Order: sequence, then structure tokens, then C-alpha cells
Amino acid sequence: MSDKNAVNDALFNYLLWLGDNSLVSGHRLSEWCGHGPVLEEDIALTNIALDLIGQSRLYLTYAGEVEGKGRSEDDIAYLRDVMFFKNSILVEQLNGDFGMTIMRQFLFTVFNYHLQTALLTSTDERIRSIAEKAIKETTYHLRHCSDWVIRLGDGTEESHKRLQDAINILWMFTDDLFETTEADKLLITEKIAPELKGIKDKWTTTIKEVLGEATITIPEDSYMMKGGRRGIHTEHLGFLLAELQFMQRAYPGAKW
Amino acid sequence: MVNGSDLMETKEQILSYLEEVYDPEVPVLSVVDLGIVRKVEIDSEGTLITITPTYTGCPAMNVIEDDIRAKLKEKGVSNFNIKTILSPAWTTDWISEAGKQKLKDYGIAPPEKSSPDLSLIGNHKKTIKCPRCGSTDTEMKSFFGSTACKALYVCNNCKEPFDYFKCI
Repeated sequence: MSDKNAVNDALFNYLLWLGDNSLVSGHRLSEWCGHGPVLEEDIALTNIALDLIGQSRLYLTYAGEVEGKGRSEDDIAYLRDVMFFKNSILVEQLNGDFGMTIMRQFLFTVFNYHLQTALLTSTDERIRSIAEKAIKETTYHLRHCSDWVIRLGDGTEESHKRLQDAINILWMFTDDLFETTEADKLLITEKIAPELKGIKDKWTTTIKEVLGEATITIPEDSYMMKGGRRGIHTEHLGFLLAELQFMQRAYPGAKW
Repeated sequence: MVNGSDLMETKEQILSYLEEVYDPEVPVLSVVDLGIVRKVEIDSEGTLITITPTYTGCPAMNVIEDDIRAKLKEKGVSNFNIKTILSPAWTTDWISEAGKQKLKDYGIAPPEKSSPDLSLIGNHKKTIKCPRCGSTDTEMKSFFGSTACKALYVCNNCKEPFDYFKCI
């Protein structure tokens, strides 16, 4: 019985991690609304934001059901404090210039693509059906950011430099995508979740392929900052949540 | 007051009512043409309509559900439920042939047969026909168009921009 509770608890936290990664990533992209470098790109970034927030809704709704305390997707997204957010610290990093945003999205999207692919064979039926939906959208996201990474990286001296600067800054946050918790082991045993080691290998292969084409150099591993899943975040997440949560905090239960 | 249980509609009738419910973002396609309506089941308990979203973040989903409710009420159907499912995931292959023709007439290039047509890198472009002049000399401007389900193209022949209903 306690085993079952432990798996349930692990699953709840795992779903928060999945949902938070998409939510924070989607929110960051939504900040580009009205600021895109060209109209098509403004539309593309906000379309991707919409997909990610859609994926997040499905995962957070399920998290609320697994928790069994009657919390809705909205309660979980709008009424949790920063230290309870489990997203990887990569996705909360600031948009910076367009190259920085594209690089951050690329590093996350390759991860999301391989993770959602692995979740297609999860023993949890609900996760499987969400992944089945998410992977179709994520495939388009991956194509979008890979195209841009190649175009900018293998573009002008200026665009190349900006993209190289972006990965140099972001690299230290990438390992946090793959941080495993003790509780994950239960889910891996139950074949609900895949081992992140395998996801990392696939991630590395894909980013090498695209970055190679883009003539971007992958930085040497040095200090890797981690902690997202434990609620340890960079200072940027608090400001993001202040905007994301403002309405429900100031006017609890507001609807329109 | 019409009571659902003594005046049972047939499945065909319900479907014909649903043919009158249009997608708010592509107002020439009904929810049946689009393949959003997956199943209509009728038993002694009433009618169960199963629908599925096109995209996870599709903002039209709530509107579609409300529109279905309003339409069935208008037709005097009272005893029904709407269920949303995610799996099997919606694909553009479910858009009916009639639906594809309607899209084309409306100026949106219909999706090419069969889903993910994406390689990660490299040129892997499909030939999309311009819905206005029929030319195949078209160019993709962006994978993402005015809604999540469309990509943005331009025709090099008639110089008109157009939407392509992309495959998923």
C-alpha cells in the first residue's frame, strides 16, 4: 500500500516537472507577442507558446487528479510559489535577443522531442495519450528551431556570433534538463517514465548534428548549475511568475 | 418541453445536426468534416458525443463544445453528454474529402495525404498547390500561420499569399 502511495507521489511530482517545463517555456515565448523580428516569426513563436501551454494544461490537470486534493490546472499553475516549481532552469532563462531565444528553445525542444517520444511507450495510459498528441506539435517546434539555428549559425558573422554567445551562456543550464530524482526510480521500474540517461544520449546526438551544420561550437563542460526539480531556481523565474500569476493572486477566482 | 427519452434521435440525425456546427476559426468546415467528432453513441441513457482536439492548445475547443451544446438544444435534443478524448491523436487525415474541397474553395490549401512529413534538417519540402490559381510554384514562408493548424505560403505565380492546412 505504501508502495502504491510512493509511486503516486512520484508520479505527481513527475507530472509537475513535465507541466512546468512546458508552462514556463510557453510563457517565455508568449513574451515575444508583438515583438517578433518579422510578422511570421511573431506568429510562429506565439503558436509554439500556445502548443506548449496546451501540453502543460494536460499534464497539470492530470497532476491535480493524481494528487487527489481537488486542485485544478489553474490552481497548480497560478497559486504555487516559485520554490514549488519543478521546471528545468534552462527554460526560465531570459529571452535576450532572438538568437538567445532560439538557442534556448532549441536546447529544450530537442530534449522535449526525445522525452515525449519515449513517453509514447509509457505504461501509464494517460501519459501515453498526452505524449501522442504532444509529439506531433513538438516535431514542428523542432523543425522550426533547428532551421533557425542553422540559418543564423551558418549565416552572417553577426548572427553566428550571437548564436555562439547564446550557447556559451546557456550551456551551464543544460544538464538540469536531465536531473533525476530518487523518486524517478520507482517510475522507471514501473516503466511509467524512461531513464533520462538514454534521453541525454539522444539529445547529444541531435544537437551535435544540428549545431555541426550550423557551424556552432559546443562549449566545454564546466560548472553545471542544477536544481530546478528541487525548487532551486535562478532569479528569473520569480519575475516570470509574478506576471503569470498576477491576476489570480490579485483577484482570486477571477474569470472572464 | 421535449423529453429526450420519448423522442429518440437516430445517430444519423445527431450527425446531421453536428454538420451545422462550424469550426470558429475555419468557418467553412463543420466539426464532422474536420474529424473533431469521433463518435456518436445512443443508448437508453441518452446520447454520448466523443470529440477530440486538433491541437493541445487549440483555443477553439471550448467554443466548439459550447456550440455543439447550443445546436443540440436548438434541435430539441436534451439528453446528451460530450466527452473529450486525446487518443488516438487527431490527424489531418481525418478531414473528409468534402471538407478538403470546402477548404480549397475557401482559399486554404488542404493538407496533403498522410501525417508527419518532417525530417529534422535539410530540405524536405512538399509541393503545395496554390488554392487560387492552382500553380505548384509556391513557397513556404512560415510553418506557423494565422492559427496553430496552418502554415503560411505564397504563390510565385499569382503572387497571392495563402494558408496551408498543415499535416499532423
